[in-house]
Parts: sequence; C-alpha cells; structure tokens
Amino acid sequence: MKTSKVISTLLVACIALPVFTAQAQTIMIRGATVHTMGADGTLADTDVFISDGVVQRIGRDLPVPQDIYVFEAEGKPLTPGLFAGISGIGIGEVSAVEESVDDGLALTEMRPEFDVIPAYNPNSSLVPIVRIEGFSYTLLGADAQGTIFGGQGSMVRLDGEFGSFFGDPVLFINVGRDASSLSGGSRAGQWMLLNQAMNEADSPPASTETALLTRAGRGTLSRYANGGKVVFNVDRASDILEVLKFARSYDLEAVIAGGTEAWMVAKQLADANVPVLLDPLINLPYNFDNLGARLDNAALLAAANVTIAISGAGSHNAARQRQMAGNAVAYGLEHQAGLAALTINPARIFGVADQQGRIKQDLPANLVLWSGDPLEVTSVAERVIINGKLIPMESRQTRLRDRYLPENPEMPRAYIKP
Amino acid sequence: MRSKILMACLPILLSVTAGNALATPYPSTYAPLPSEPTLITHATILTGTGERLDDASLLMSGGKISFVGAGQAPGGVTTIDAGGRWVTPGLIDVHSHLGVYGSPGVKAHSDGNEMTSPVTPNVWAEHSIWPQDPGFSRALAGGVTSLQILPGSGNLIGGRGVTLKNVYSNSYQGMKFPGAPHGLKMACGENPKRVYGERKQMPSTRMGNMASYRAQWIAAQKYIDDWAAYEKKSADGKDDATPPTRDLKLETLAGVLNGEIIVHMHCYRADEMVTILDMAAEFGYTVGTFHHGVEAYKIADTLAENNVCGALWADWWGFKMEAYDGIQENIALVDRPPGGCAIVHSDSSEGIQRLNQEAAKAMTRGQLAGMDIPPERAIRWLTANAAKSLGIQDRTGTLEPGKMADVVIWNGNPFSVYAKAGQVYIDGALVYDRDNPALQPVSDFELGQLQGVSQ
Repeated sequence: MKTSKVISTLLVACIALPVFTAQAQTIMIRGATVHTMGADGTLADTDVFISDGVVQRIGRDLPVPQDIYVFEAEGKPLTPGLFAGISGIGIGEVSAVEESVDDGLALTEMRPEFDVIPAYNPNSSLVPIVRIEGFSYTLLGADAQGTIFGGQGSMVRLDGEFGSFFGDPVLFINVGRDASSLSGGSRAGQWMLLNQAMNEADSPPASTETALLTRAGRGTLSRYANGGKVVFNVDRASDILEVLKFARSYDLEAVIAGGTEAWMVAKQLADANVPVLLDPLINLPYNFDNLGARLDNAALLAAANVTIAISGAGSHNAARQRQMAGNAVAYGLEHQAGLAALTINPARIFGVADQQGRIKQDLPANLVLWSGDPLEVTSVAERVIINGKLIPMESRQTRLRDRYLPENPEMPRAYIKP
Repeated sequence: MRSKILMACLPILLSVTAGNALATPYPSTYAPLPSEPTLITHATILTGTGERLDDASLLMSGGKISFVGAGQAPGGVTTIDAGGRWVTPGLIDVHSHLGVYGSPGVKAHSDGNEMTSPVTPNVWAEHSIWPQDPGFSRALAGGVTSLQILPGSGNLIGGRGVTLKNVYSNSYQGMKFPGAPHGLKMACGENPKRVYGERKQMPSTRMGNMASYRAQWIAAQKYIDDWAAYEKKSADGKDDATPPTRDLKLETLAGVLNGEIIVHMHCYRADEMVTILDMAAEFGYTVGTFHHGVEAYKIADTLAENNVCGALWADWWGFKMEAYDGIQENIALVDRPPGGCAIVHSDSSEGIQRLNQEAAKAMTRGQLAGMDIPPERAIRWLTANAAKSLGIQDRTGTLEPGKMADVVIWNGNPFSVYAKAGQVYIDGALVYDRDNPALQPVSDFELGQLQGVSQ
C-alpha cells in the first residue's frame, strides 16, 4: 500500500511512534473496492472519509483535508469489520486454565439470569490478536455447563475499551445431544424442563420447593418471552423443528447455532424467518446429531432464503471465521453471500446493523482494508478501523514474532522488546 | 560411549527378532488397487523436491512414477490434459487419530489413549483402528494419500503409531503402508502430568515426567543387554542359556534405542524440547519429530542442527498454558534455517482435510515476515518433509521416477481456500475423483443413514 505524499511526514511519524489514542481519527481511504454490504453494493475505485468515529462520505475523488491519515487502497477490498462469531473473547484467556475462563456457569440450578458481561476484560491478549485479523465485533456467548440454560451474552466491539457492549442481550439455550446430560439423560426432558421454566416465568409456582427458577431467572425469561433473541445450540434436524415449535409458543426470536442438519429443514427455517449461525467446515458425523453434516450446508440454506452467518471458530482462533466462509464459497455459496455471512447478516440477525456489518454514510466506521480477497487464506487485513479508530496492527503474537525474527542476537531475546 | 555399546548390540538384537516367528506380526496385506498407465500433461507440477515445473508431464505406470518433466510423452496410455491445473505429491499427515478416535466420537470409539498407566509402549495404535471411520474418506477428498495414526498424548509413552495408505479396507492390515517403520508416541508437558497428577500418581510435574522416561530407558538398555548376554551364552553353547522373558513394553523401547522405531514426541514448550534432546543424547537415541511444537520457532536452529522435524499447526494456540505463545510464523521460522524440517500436521479430522489451506496460511505469514517461500518450497511441508518424518521418504513424498505414484491433481493452485483435490492417485490407482461419484468411497457407517438422503 502506498501512502499519500502530501501528508507523508505525518504518516511516517505515526508509523514510527505507534501511539494511538482512544480518540477517533480523521482518515481517508482512497481508491478502494468498497463492499458496502448494503443497497449500494460494491463500489469500484471509491474513497471513504472517516471522522468523529463515523463514515462521513463515500464517493469518488473526495477532497483530502490536510493532516489526516490517508491510505491509498489501489483497488484493494474494503469491507465492514468482520463478525468473530459467538466467542469467549475477553472472557477466557487460556482454555485449560480454569481461573482465566469465565464464559460459563457450572451451577446445577437453572440461572438464565447469568450474564457474562461483568466478566469481560478488554485487556485480554485475545482482543488485539483477533481484531488485527479484521474482526471488529463478536457475540459473547454464555456456555451451558450446569444446566440447559447457558445464560446471557452480548455483542462487544473489539476496540479494547471497557464497556464496549452494544445491542440487546441474547439468551443461550443448549438442546439436543450436548444437553441431554443436563436434563436427566433425555432430550425429551429438555423440552419438559424448558416448558416448565417458561411457565414459571409466566406465573410463579405457589411453592418454591418445585421451582426451577429464582425470581431473577423468572424476570429474565419473561423479558425474552416478548420477542427476545434466543440462541439455541442445536444440530439435529428434528431438534431444530422442536426449537421452532418452542419459539413460536413463547414468542421468542430464535437463532439456530450449529445447525449442521439445518439444510434438511431449510424451508421450515425460511418460513419461520429463523436464521442459522453455522460452521461450514463440519462435514463429518461427529455424533448422532449431525449425521447429515455436509460442506454445502451454507449454500443450501442460502438458496432456500435462510439468513446465515458464520460462527464456530471459537475465541483464540476466531480469525479462522474467514477461512470457514471461504470454504462455504468453495462449496457453492455465492462469494458476496459468504462476505455477508461475516458482516451484515450477523449484524441484522442481532439487530445491530446500525453499528456493524456495513459501510454506510453516518454509521460508525468499522472497516477493514484487505491485501486481497477477504475470504482467501493468503490474504490478510492491512488496516483495521474500529469505531473510527485506526487499530495498531500489533498484538502479543506480533511482538513474539518480532522478538524471534532476528537471527543470532548477541544478547538473550528477553532484551528484544518490539 | 553408550551409543557404541548399542551399535554393538544391534546385530544381535536384530538376529533375535529375525529368529522370532513374530518378526513382523500383524503384517501389511495392502495391495495397490487396479491401475493403468496414466499420463498427465500440461500440468503445473510441484515435485516436492523444491522444484516447480510449468507445462510439464507426469507419467505413472506399474504404480510408480516413471517420468516427470517437460519432454516427449509416450503415446498409447490414458492421458489427462491438466490444462495448467496443479499437480502435487499425495499429501501426508504425520499426526492423525482417524480410526482410533473415529466419527461418531462416541465413548465406544474412544480408543486412542490407554490412560491406565503413564507408560504404555506395549500398546499399538493399529490395534485400535476402526477402518470404517468416515474420516478416512474426507481426508482422501483433501488429497491425503498416507497418514500416521498415533495414540493420544495422555501418557508419557503412549504406544506405537502406524503409517497407513489412505484406502478403505476391512482391516487395518489392508491399509498398512508396507515396510513403514513404527513410530513411538511420547508426550511432554501438561497432558501426562495433568492426567496422572489428578490421580495423585507420578508424574504430577515436569520433573516427574523426565524421571519417568529415564527410568524406562534404563530398563530398555538392560533388556537389550540381557538379550545380548543370552545370545552370547547361546552362541557359546552354554547349557544354562535361558532367554529373558519377552516384554512388550521394553521391546518397543529397545526398538527405539536400536533405531528401528521413530520417536514422535508431543511437546509444546521450547525448553522442554531442548531437555528431551538432551535425554535422547543421554540414552543414545534420536527424536524424529516434535509434534505440535507451538514454541518450536524459539529453537528453530537447535531443531535443524539436531535434524529433528517440527510437525506444527498454522495457527492453533491458547487452548492450554503451553500453547500460549503460538504465532502464525511458527512453521515458516522452523523452515528457515538450513536443514530445517517443517511439517504441517493436523491432529484433527477437520484439519486433515485442509492441510493445503493450513500450509497456505503459514506460507503467507512467512512471506509477510520477509521469508522467501514460494509454493514449491511450502509444498514440502506436507509431502517430502512428512515422508522423512515417517521414514518413508525413499518411497513416497516427492514426484520422482521410481517413487510410489501417490499423486493429486488440484483444480487450481492448492494454496487457496477455493482449491480442491480433483483426482487422487495412490500407487497409480485413481482412488478418488471429484467428478465421478462412483470413485468416492463411503464407509459402512455412513451407508444408508438418514433414510438414504445423506451425502
């Protein structure tokens, strides 16, 4: 990438001194292939002007004010910041180090009121590691460990700020194989317990002896019962149909996560307007709930007008989301649909398309400039802008890399502090 | 000193084994599938030797590669005009648990980790392999023609691994790569000390790990010496010559000390790998390959100097403490020093299907860090280097005349997320064809599921 000569002094200074303030900057990206992911489609050789955290203008040959950051894209793709899927970024540092992981509640009583938000730590090493790969937001998930209710999570912006949550809370429920051990050993028991819990939310039981929920839990569920967003982790086709029935009964806005057999009930999902978050790499019968796993699940669902988004790469390797979308495209999904499954679709599914997922005038600037096709494994993010802020392309991983790149240093590498 | 003694023992031990009816127990019954001489023309060929040949030809006949290069192609054979498509050696995964942790991953299929004792060199992964694992077919569609099935890493010494040809058979013997040496799976670090530490058993620390391995090598040395003493007595015609009791554990370890079995050492941390190399020097054996090696980049020079390969991932990190320092340049940095032997491995039924994509990511990160890694260099990570790791480099892993005709024709540049293996040949036989459903194997398990609508 070339930078404009007019302001090269400033740029050199910025590169030499990578001190980035929390304040939004004034930035011009010139001559990009802009994937707006909205009604404007994809715009060739287009400039995007950003200030005060917002995309101010999109157009050709925009005037360049003095003393701002200018990036010459030379036709490279500019996309909205990508969705890192449902993850535990910032609520889990090292998976096997229990005390560093806060994404699930292991209590055996049902506590749908559990909310992971207070555990979020923007100083986690994962936040920079994931965002410099082009990811600007994730849905913090609550992982069911003790009961079929995982609890609640939230969208978070990966800008490294405290309290960067946005959108409405999301409730997580596990059904199917993963949850049978949490419901007396039968998936039929899950529906028995879920129905009982929803009924309690509607009318508290006379005696607390038989209650499944606390007062707070009842309050939580009754809030969701009026159109709240509920993610169901479920794979088997018959279980997905049960989810649709359950969601209809209680007026829940269901989202399917997993959905390896969703293609088998694509029409029912489309009719119910229920979206699917999926991992397009799953093509093996890992268990009896996904005997129907296949690589064109995403393509089949999209063809049936089911809204899909990519999820399932986890926290540390959330950047693999891109590769997952690329593989979905390799197996029949339209390229633009693959990009949408990482940008606008998850934003729409969770009602945050005014914050993330598209490039549009007057909306927050969450943008990524790529070295090439954003879904290709040989491409990388070159510039990342989150909420109008230029993100330093640095992380604990890049510092380790830069410590070990020099050959045969005289002093121990502990003295190399990139 | 020690290694000299061992060298002296070698012929004796070999003669013991040779005189044994079980010299090659559980022998391979693999036979190449039917093939016909096949010529691929106008291909972009990555030979696996570091070369790239454009608009070149490759001839397979009698199950072997008989010609590679530009030049006059013989007539009268089945000819495939690749039209610029890419051709590589069949991919090799040195670290797979297909068959020992088959799909579906139910408890009944959990056969990869004999975690009843930290030291189980007596177990052989091949005795756990379920040949109907659907994962083999998916790996084949990803261009994998050979793979090593290893025990898991719960134990310090997990047992013998086996190298297979990726063909379906009703027995693992029908898949077994003829003449490939056994591997021995060993594990450093967190896994064994966690598994046994939680049971208040040794090892519960890294130093406990080391003490436990060393005790085993000492026992194995004595086993070799006892057999040698018996052989000598026997040769001298002494009447009281009685053979030592055969011990499956020590037999495997002796096989490592005498160089017949290759050590595949699961190890993440740089310091632990260095300690393991010292242990190998102490007992006079060599480590073939460190597996996972998330910190291998920190000691890339040491690995190259010791002629040890690193079988690594492109980007997995952070799942446990010893995987916390993972970087995406790991593979490229291990490949950098002269003699560096970097390998892309999977340890996963998903990853084994996309070794080419993993290599593409690692290649890209290396290039961005300033290393000159063209595709013809990177392809070695999943072909020639992997073959070297498994001790089968004289038979497969490169496209050279005389080698097994294990070949993949890709639909484009394999270093792409959109690349797919189109045709896969094993020993010259077309065993997978993306364009022909009749040449796409389906395991017994998957047949007839979902009322016949699946796949």
